[in-house]
Amino acid sequence: MTDHDNPYDLLAEDHDGGHRWAFGTGFTDPLAGIDTSVPPGVDAAALARYCLALGDDALIYSHRLQEWVTRMPELEEETAIANIALDLLGQARMLLARAGGILGRTEDELAFFRAESEFRNVRLAEHADRDFAEVVGRLLIFSSWRHALFGLLSSAADPVLAAIAAKGANELAYHRDYAAQWVIRLGDGTELSHARMRAALDALWPLTAELFLPDDSAFAHADAGTVGAVLDTVLAAAGLSRPVGATLGPVSGRTGRDGVHTEAMGYILAELQSVARAHPDATW
Amino acid sequence: MVTGATANGPATAGEAGTSGGLGAANGQGAAYAVAAQTPDPELPMLTIADLGILRDVETTAEGVVVTVTPTYSGCPAMREIGADVRNRLLRAGFERVTVTMQLAPPWSSDWITADGRRKLAEAGIAPPSPAPVRRVEGPVPVKLSTVPSDIARCPRCGSLSTRETARFSGTACKSLHRCEACGEPFEAVKAL
Repeated sequence: MTDHDNPYDLLAEDHDGGHRWAFGTGFTDPLAGIDTSVPPGVDAAALARYCLALGDDALIYSHRLQEWVTRMPELEEETAIANIALDLLGQARMLLARAGGILGRTEDELAFFRAESEFRNVRLAEHADRDFAEVVGRLLIFSSWRHALFGLLSSAADPVLAAIAAKGANELAYHRDYAAQWVIRLGDGTELSHARMRAALDALWPLTAELFLPDDSAFAHADAGTVGAVLDTVLAAAGLSRPVGATLGPVSGRTGRDGVHTEAMGYILAELQSVARAHPDATW
Repeated sequence: MVTGATANGPATAGEAGTSGGLGAANGQGAAYAVAAQTPDPELPMLTIADLGILRDVETTAEGVVVTVTPTYSGCPAMREIGADVRNRLLRAGFERVTVTMQLAPPWSSDWITADGRRKLAEAGIAPPSPAPVRRVEGPVPVKLSTVPSDIARCPRCGSLSTRETARFSGTACKSLHRCEACGEPFEAVKAL
């Protein structure tokens, strides 16, 4: 008999005819009950395209962070990275559901059954971090940029996007603070940790230019000066400075937002999509 | 429309009224009372009303509509909470129950009730300090200090001589701490 006041007993109870077989499974629409009509004056196709881009940023970056689970230097950092990946996955699900509602596709179809050239994430999201310095350096850059963007989007013309952004901004501020504290520890640490933090920033910097390219379909633009000021504040405290050097430009005028990705992307999708493609009728 | 919540905050028992009571499966207050008893699966000492994620319980001609809000975007407990609320109301005799999500305004740990804070502390989890003031637009200062500004009170001995050992913990909503006075490690609900 199930004790209905004991949540652990409830976890073993079948609620929905077998669709729910473990904690957190039986996924339903993350926007259930929310008014998803597109308000007048908002271009639905542009909104779908933009939500897809922001959703892909979060989905691909979340997957990259999940790869570090079991490989972090300490258990505490592993919990941190797993939680940050979970926040981003939650943002991805809502954004893909927002895009999918307009496009007539489910979030699973968008995540698991698109080809590489159909993904709209910035190339920074797909970078494979080679060490912990790159993990925290990339998180600092990505979360500072996305936090600035989500702050602007929290007053977007689409109320669903605005609500997702307002919620996400609080999470991103926490991610950014976590990353900043590690960048400062490593930059202001030993000669070796400083050198490795420096090398990480050098490796990541070429990928930052794409974040601030003009994009006519975007609903907001994070100001390069505002984000740069945040990064400069952290880097100054860490005894570091912004790297100088060539950045990764568009390829024939196209970037990650246009479906042009680095070599890393194919490897991510091969793993991310393998189970769903092997079992296309599977539910979870 | 009579609802159990203000537009911008969590539902409270006081606003919902208690017209039916727990035993009577009809009326606004009855539905609210049943829904409000749902425990949070990851903080089972708290109900969803204590946690401040129960936004609204509305009884309409089409049935009961329960509105909940996620604590964090990726919180896997939302699914469980939705199923649990629905089943509790069905068992209490309500025939049609819909659970809907509300994203805006985003949940804040400030919405955890006084009762919820007491229950957390009794269970050995430090309640959150006041949430940081978030400006919706414009730059938010980055925290540079590697020494955390939020000092959690040890739920075991009450000492404020504690330190944060990790910014994150076993669930999205908590961080890890250690008490320097009694030596015990403990979790705290993050201020969000």
